Amino acid sequence: MDGLNIPLNHILLVSSLLFAIGMLGLMIRRNIIFILMSLEVMLNAAALAFVAAGAHWEQPDGQVVFMLILTVAAAEVAVGLGLVLQVQKRFKTLDMDHANRMQG
Amino acid sequence: MLEIVFFYIAATVALIATVMAMTRANAIHALIYLIVSLLAVAVIFFLIGAPFAAALEIVIYAGAIMVLFVFVIMMLNLGEKGDKQERQWLKPGIWAGPAILSVILLVELLIVIGDVNGPVSVSAVSAKEVGLSLFGPYVLAVEIAAMLLLAGLVGSFHLGRRYLERDHIEKGSSQ
Repeated sequence: MDGLNIPLNHILLVSSLLFAIGMLGLMIRRNIIFILMSLEVMLNAAALAFVAAGAHWEQPDGQVVFMLILTVAAAEVAVGLGLVLQVQKRFKTLDMDHANRMQG
Repeated sequence: MLEIVFFYIAATVALIATVMAMTRANAIHALIYLIVSLLAVAVIFFLIGAPFAAALEIVIYAGAIMVLFVFVIMMLNLGEKGDKQERQWLKPGIWAGPAILSVILLVELLIVIGDVNGPVSVSAVSAKEVGLSLFGPYVLAVEIAAMLLLAGLVGSFHLGRRYLERDHIEKGSSQ
């Protein structure tokens, strides 16, 4: 059953710590570039948990989901950085607190 | 046994690099630490028997996505401040941290490669199994991922094109 010499608990612990750091970064930073980086860290931590679980049960499903997460991260970053360019153009700053109103 | 030690080292490197990335003031410095963090996670993938995932992590995450970040930060253009910063970046204080963390990972890599029966996990999930699964039961997910990528492509093209166009118009009107 266990195809892993490393205890799964410890990998999951590392994964959740990475996720927590990413989430903390998301909350304390106001620069949109850092917000996007934090999202990357969080997605990466989730991917680590999936791959570790896949290795633990010796199933390929973990790596399949890893690839889907990779796709989501790539698409998210492409659109997010396009938005960064627009925000910089329009507000002349990357501080998200300057862009928190909708144009209703 | 060696594998477990390596895992803890790589995990420590990943955590340190991520904390450093989240606390830098300069976006490029943070990016360097983030790349080190991704490399460390790739080493962990390799150690738990997912070499294909490790390769993808480096090629797509540390390669493609981080290059996108670098391009956008460069496009935002720091002007004359940029030159001063460039000179400042050549000081060893800036790149010493990421370099030390990367060297730790490199030493791990060399030890793993040097030993043929090295500390790779006993049963690796091979790329073949992943591919069979990806185009077997998960083929619908692959289709959806393709559509997601297309949507991302169109969306980012739309946003980027308007950025360039407006730039062009503004330049034209000012001349």
